[in-house]
Amino acid sequence: MLLKHTTAEIKERKALTVNPAKTCQPIGAMYAALGIHGCLPHSHGSQGCYAYHRSALTRHYKEPVIAATSAFTEGASVFGGQANLLQAINNIFTVYQPEIIAVHTTCLSETIGDDIPQIINKAKADGKIPEDRYVIHANTPSYVGSHVTGFANMTKAMVDYFAEADDSGRKEKTVNIIPGWVEPSDMAEIKRIAAEMKVRTIMFPDTENVLNGPMTGRYRMYPDGGTTVAQLRAAGSSMGTLALGRLASGPAARALDVKCKVPCEILNLPIGLHDTDTFVDILRRIAGVNVPDSLTIERGQLVDIITDMHQYFHGKRVGLVGDPDQLLSLTRFLVSIDMCPAYIITGTPAGKKYEKALREATAEVPFEVQIKVPGDMYLFHQWIKQEKVDLIIGNTYAKYIAKDEDIPFVRYGFPIFDRVGHSYFPTVGYRGGMRLLEKILDAILDRKDRDADDITTELVM
Amino acid sequence: MAESSAKTTTDIPILKERESQIYQKGKAPFRMTCGKHSLAGSVSQRACVFCGSRVVLYPIADALHLIHGPIGCAAYTWDIRGALSSGPELHRLSFSTDLQEKDVIFGGEKKLYHALVALIETHQPKAAFVYSTCIVGIIGDDVAAVCKQVEKKVGIPVLPVHSEGFKGTKKDGYKAACNALFHLVGQGDVSDVSPYSINILGEFNIGGEAWIIRDYYQRMGVEVVSTMTGDGRVDDVRRSHGAALNVVQCSGAMTTLAEMMQEKYGIPYIRVSYFGIEDQSKALYDVAAHFSDRPEIMERTRRIVRDEVQRITPELRKIRQALEGKRAAIYVGGAFKAFSLIKALRYLGMDVVLAGSQTGNEADYEMLRDMCDDGTIILDDANPLELSKYILEKKADLFIGGVKERPIAYKMGIGFCDHNHERKIPLAGYSGMLNFAREVYGTVSSPVWQFAPGRKEAGPGAGG
Repeated sequence: MLLKHTTAEIKERKALTVNPAKTCQPIGAMYAALGIHGCLPHSHGSQGCYAYHRSALTRHYKEPVIAATSAFTEGASVFGGQANLLQAINNIFTVYQPEIIAVHTTCLSETIGDDIPQIINKAKADGKIPEDRYVIHANTPSYVGSHVTGFANMTKAMVDYFAEADDSGRKEKTVNIIPGWVEPSDMAEIKRIAAEMKVRTIMFPDTENVLNGPMTGRYRMYPDGGTTVAQLRAAGSSMGTLALGRLASGPAARALDVKCKVPCEILNLPIGLHDTDTFVDILRRIAGVNVPDSLTIERGQLVDIITDMHQYFHGKRVGLVGDPDQLLSLTRFLVSIDMCPAYIITGTPAGKKYEKALREATAEVPFEVQIKVPGDMYLFHQWIKQEKVDLIIGNTYAKYIAKDEDIPFVRYGFPIFDRVGHSYFPTVGYRGGMRLLEKILDAILDRKDRDADDITTELVM
Repeated sequence: MAESSAKTTTDIPILKERESQIYQKGKAPFRMTCGKHSLAGSVSQRACVFCGSRVVLYPIADALHLIHGPIGCAAYTWDIRGALSSGPELHRLSFSTDLQEKDVIFGGEKKLYHALVALIETHQPKAAFVYSTCIVGIIGDDVAAVCKQVEKKVGIPVLPVHSEGFKGTKKDGYKAACNALFHLVGQGDVSDVSPYSINILGEFNIGGEAWIIRDYYQRMGVEVVSTMTGDGRVDDVRRSHGAALNVVQCSGAMTTLAEMMQEKYGIPYIRVSYFGIEDQSKALYDVAAHFSDRPEIMERTRRIVRDEVQRITPELRKIRQALEGKRAAIYVGGAFKAFSLIKALRYLGMDVVLAGSQTGNEADYEMLRDMCDDGTIILDDANPLELSKYILEKKADLFIGGVKERPIAYKMGIGFCDHNHERKIPLAGYSGMLNFAREVYGTVSSPVWQFAPGRKEAGPGAGG
């Protein structure tokens, strides 16, 4: 029993988090920045921060993850980090030669009060930023929000720094898609769907071919993928923006609307049938295109799989832990196939409105659904100890709970440290929905096979 | 663009300020800068003070480890090292005060106090370690005072670990951990401790390594009082001052504690390594030699070494035939490990073409230089560009490193062995040497590299 120290009895905790279902903002900023082509993320803080972020991202994506640090010392912490950041900018452009440096702050630099725009301006004035090279920044204090908000903040910074509206107000026939913190494979799948519909899109950030790149026999600091600066500029003259996931993508979409008058729609992540339908439908409307037969067939296949599988799903109690945008769509999907989310926890302080959306999504579940926003995985485990579930969906850390309580388990979300594949196979869109269902059913039926004795083991299930 | 000091055959540049941290054997004179803080803007593979403290203390399984700071520091260090415990698993949980904006403004002491009291009441640990993170150093929480207050209330040792991230390097974190640990030493009853006894320091029981090592010593007839930080227990640490000898592994992590115990309790210490046949055997012999008034210990040791070596030699020989002449690149945390690895790789017939460490000191690098062949690149605090550059230039077939290095090796189409905390099988001891050889053989000779685009055409100069 790995988590034998988890008590079944629940005592209210105010002062502490045990087994977090979140991590801090900077790692989200780093992941978002990696979705800009030729970008070197830069952590303005101690060395440890970026070492941890790089390690965590490496463990999850199984790819080299590049970033630089201001390497704060005691001196910098007393006198401010300006000298460090200036030196860093100079060193980075000299040696690592990125097209862009994306600076994010940390608890340390935020608390001592470093003014990043002012430092960037000074670097510019001192001639430390070569022509056609850029430095952008996002404020990501670790004691506010979570890794999801960090992602949202850096994505918004892309808009703040680059998006430009045409002076005449003319709009291009492109649609911006802000995918949220999803896998590179999901970003690719969303682009594929749009391409099937013959919609020209600008996706930002875009980690396809950055964090799921091919094996080339060569280490490259800046892989081929990522949104280019030119695309980020052009996002300001797109005819519309689709923000997928209110928490991760909403802020950037709204900023783009305010700055460049690009109207935005903030949708759920396209996970599952309904939310993919909505995505396809709104994309169709904005771009003024028809849904091609190819997508209709994919949709039909998903529905076909759902009907084939529904007999195993009925009434199954599911425990869900993860990031808010994913959880909401996932919950809606599970309810739509007759499963019953019983416990839902995100570590991100996603707000009352979000919690209400989860309540609405689970309104038809025939028992009281436990929801905690923000909560932690210790509480999640305690709930499960109180009353079991038939399936757990969560990141790798939920494995311990699944193991201790002997519950079928589907890995989903961030981080996944102990399996390979998530960065190559999507879970968004109709095809992603099929893959998700396959995983869920495999978990449930593998368990059934395992538990069946010789007499009751069946070949055909 | 900065000029490189080594003759480059790739177009990858080296930062001018970094030149003194890179050395190619055979080029005089030897002058290696190290132990310095990483340059701002460098893509170092290093970590912080907190990281150093956390990795050292974390395997003490019946203690509470509370991280005072924003959530990240707790989240990123949540059970990422496979430090195994034979009993309690409290160390596998992640406890954080999860500081919020208002705590940063008004201070986090109250929160810390309540968190500690609640956790100690729930989990009844034998002791509690409270780690300070960057922010705590800035907002000025008096963590030591809170610890004292709680200690008085709950009656177990509550120990502050002064590990603010920015206050130095990972090495300083080791020191902070040792300082905290030292408070426990000397508290227990040592009346039943044998005069032929040791403590195992700097062993973290990754993949069960401490168990293997402890078994050797016990078979020798030497009592192991405490394994300190590998499958560690608070009560064992408390009586560790009863041991006759401290046996310290790894270059930096626990030397400070050994020194403090020497000063206060007069316990001598020796430095050892458990990687590779040569170093493992030396470790056992050195301990046996310390107890020379009991010749039967040395006798048993000889027998153990002979039996163990005999047991693994036939397979090692076979593996050696396959690996003869292959080239290895090493980039590890402590330099001490690099020494062992070089010897172990040589035993397997391999040439070491690159050796680097995150935290080596001057003496370490001198030793490295003396050990290495001409032409070997020696690196302090390297970045991925430098690593990939020399791997290409030196045509390495194997890269030994940690989590951040693995995908770099794979992208370049060469084998990889994790000799850091992500190894899943024990690499220490004799059976560990066999595991190591099998793992190296498995990855270096894997047929998957045939699918890699030829390294010759992969990059400028890659073919030499």
